[in-house]
Amino acid sequence: MTGDTAIELRGISKAFGSVQANKDIHIRVAKGSIHGIIGENGAGKSTLMSILYGFYRADSGQILVDGRETPIPDSQAAIRAGIGMVFQHFKLVQNFTVLENVILGVEDGRLLRPSLAKARKELARLSKDYGLEVDPDAKIEDLSVGYQQRVEILKALYRQADILILDEPTGVLTPAEADHLFRILRGLREQGKTVILITHKLREIMDITDEVSVMRRGEMIASVVTRETSPPQLAELMVGRKVLLRVDKQPAQLGEVVLQANDLRVSHDGVERLKGVDLTIRRGEILGIAGVAGNGQSELMELLAGIVAGTGSARLLGRELDLSGHEDGRDRRHAGIGHVPEDRQHLGVIMDFAAWENVAFGYHREDAYRSGPFTDNAALKADTAAKMERFDVRPPLPNLAIKHFSGGNQQKIIVAREIERNPDLLLIGQPTRGVDIGAIEFIHKQIVALRDQGKAILLVSVELDEVMSLSDRVAVMFDGRIMGVRDAATTNERELGLLMAGVTETA
Amino acid sequence: MDYATLLQILDSTLRLTVPLLLACLAGLFSERAGIFDIGLEGKMLVAAMTSGSVAFLTGSAWIGLAAGIGASLLWALMHGIASITFRGNQLISGVALNFLASGMTILVAQAAFGQGGRTPPLAGSARFNEVALPLADTLRGVPVIGPFYADVISGHSLLVYIALLCVPLTWWVLFRTRFGLRLRAVGENPAAVDTAGISVSRMRFTAVLITGVLCGIAGAYLATALQAGFGREMTAGRGYIALAALIFAKWRPWGALWATLLFGFFQALALRPDVVPIPVAALEALPYVLTVLVLAGFVGKAIPPRAGGEPYVKER
Repeated sequence: MTGDTAIELRGISKAFGSVQANKDIHIRVAKGSIHGIIGENGAGKSTLMSILYGFYRADSGQILVDGRETPIPDSQAAIRAGIGMVFQHFKLVQNFTVLENVILGVEDGRLLRPSLAKARKELARLSKDYGLEVDPDAKIEDLSVGYQQRVEILKALYRQADILILDEPTGVLTPAEADHLFRILRGLREQGKTVILITHKLREIMDITDEVSVMRRGEMIASVVTRETSPPQLAELMVGRKVLLRVDKQPAQLGEVVLQANDLRVSHDGVERLKGVDLTIRRGEILGIAGVAGNGQSELMELLAGIVAGTGSARLLGRELDLSGHEDGRDRRHAGIGHVPEDRQHLGVIMDFAAWENVAFGYHREDAYRSGPFTDNAALKADTAAKMERFDVRPPLPNLAIKHFSGGNQQKIIVAREIERNPDLLLIGQPTRGVDIGAIEFIHKQIVALRDQGKAILLVSVELDEVMSLSDRVAVMFDGRIMGVRDAATTNERELGLLMAGVTETA
Repeated sequence: MDYATLLQILDSTLRLTVPLLLACLAGLFSERAGIFDIGLEGKMLVAAMTSGSVAFLTGSAWIGLAAGIGASLLWALMHGIASITFRGNQLISGVALNFLASGMTILVAQAAFGQGGRTPPLAGSARFNEVALPLADTLRGVPVIGPFYADVISGHSLLVYIALLCVPLTWWVLFRTRFGLRLRAVGENPAAVDTAGISVSRMRFTAVLITGVLCGIAGAYLATALQAGFGREMTAGRGYIALAALIFAKWRPWGALWATLLFGFFQALALRPDVVPIPVAALEALPYVLTVLVLAGFVGKAIPPRAGGEPYVKER
């Protein structure tokens, strides 16, 4: 490290309405370093970076680039200042080629042909210098997520970025792709580029960063040298109290088979998404499904939950489930399957409805909630208040619309709704997506407690750490199939990572 | 059916295709930029009324054309303000503007001329008259091709040829220029355009205004070339057929030409019940039937621009 400063922020503040997203942020990023920014969801990391990239304007504060004060009113100014951004959700035009995406907004002249020719040459050079091979004429929609991310990095480099910001870059990658990304980032650092890495994964911070800044509730809590810190210390800084990073659980006490499924298949638009999956889950066991998003996990969950139709056979405690689409979600709940959907805000709740109404969904015809032909709203509200207390939902207000709760509290409400119905089988997808560390700990405990009551649990998560620490057995899905099932206690990340990439031990 | 009759039908096919084609290309610019425009009909209607009136008052078809484009641009601007600036629902804005056009045109024409909502008949230089292409008469003697050239290709108003030229021009702008790249990008993923430092609103407004110009020409063509003056509801659903053609064309300029020629051919056939024994109503329904078939996926897949109909809001 040369000691020069690439970027310095002084007293940045930003409010959205009454929410103070950033409060008087100070940070200094050394030139030629990889600087991590870590914090829980909603801590203000993305807002801060969006300010740096000119997507939002700060209410107050200064931005210094290379020691000079540089106002960044819009993205053009950020690009001019040499700042490039790789967003969590890629900003690529799906039906354009790589080349077209790269030149968009920085074309030379009004006609495309010369710009494309120039970009082709420049891209070849960048690919060689940084190990970022990608076919310039490939359409984005035909590229894997890992390659799409390379295109985003190339876009930034083509715009002559010296400072590269990456927002949660590994969320969509397999472990092998993530490793490749880190090699690329180290290569960029060697070439003198500065990298800012936003993440909530402690391991990535420890692996690759030189320095790390911790954010909590819109404030910058600390900046430390990575070598001199540890994951527990960082977690404590993020949450503001000591956290248990490992899930505390006893060995599984297996009982009878709860779900026996064979040759499950689901097709969408003529494309088979689930290609013959066999599953067995016993009482007292958590079966985790690992895999990169989009490899059939969602279809598996939705088929079992009665949301989509498919073929194959599934027996719940010996009773055959109708997978052809005649049974819906209510029938499944009746049969004893609870479902915490992966996409919480889309399938789990209605955002504009009150918490007590959301607690009723799926169970609103039950006798306890009914009074003659009407719903018994008083009973529902009382029940919701009780659930909120048991699950530590904050604020404990049954009448508040779900959208006013944080992601973690929304999830607690859904988990409470499904778990307290005492299902024989719980389907739970991405239980901690968009949930803060404190709530993660709580939800994990609830899942393990349910297991210990002798229930069967099917867990789907794209967070490999979560699957490994929570599950008793781990099944890895790739391209609509189960590539292998491993004992969670004896497997390791490398083995699962290969399976996630579709590599079997024989290959 | 003899050759002369066929030539007559093809000749009227071309005439009837032109307003569909212009409206279809108009819709193409707008929808490629991510703004649905169900208001093509209304824009053509106000342009027809305005150009008919102004051409009558000034005696110049050209001034009429300019006025028609102006009126259509006004409607386009309203659609833009509603759906881009205020992020309103694009379909509702379009429908509202269609109703406004339908009522306003009759009201204004009646107030100005008192002829039951029509504008007075146009004659001479107040209309776009037919122009003969070079050598039309000389080549007439050549078998088969001669009469085709002289009767079908030649002998249309200038606007017909302008409309046909718009096809390669649109293709070139869309696929060979920086503007076209950004326009297509803004209809597919406005966030990509925004993060590249280009104003999404500005791109979309430009596209919507181009739509206004093309609809203006289409409307003026109806009142000052195809007919001699404006009549109530004279667009007769052409704006909607153009939208159907746009889907049929899969949002491509050359496809738009072929689709509107086909639909124009059906309209031409409907005018000749003496030649074809198919009921007129069935012919008029054909474009919609074909469009439904395309939408149902029977004739390849029609994928609309991904961001179509969605107002752009920066995500947090």
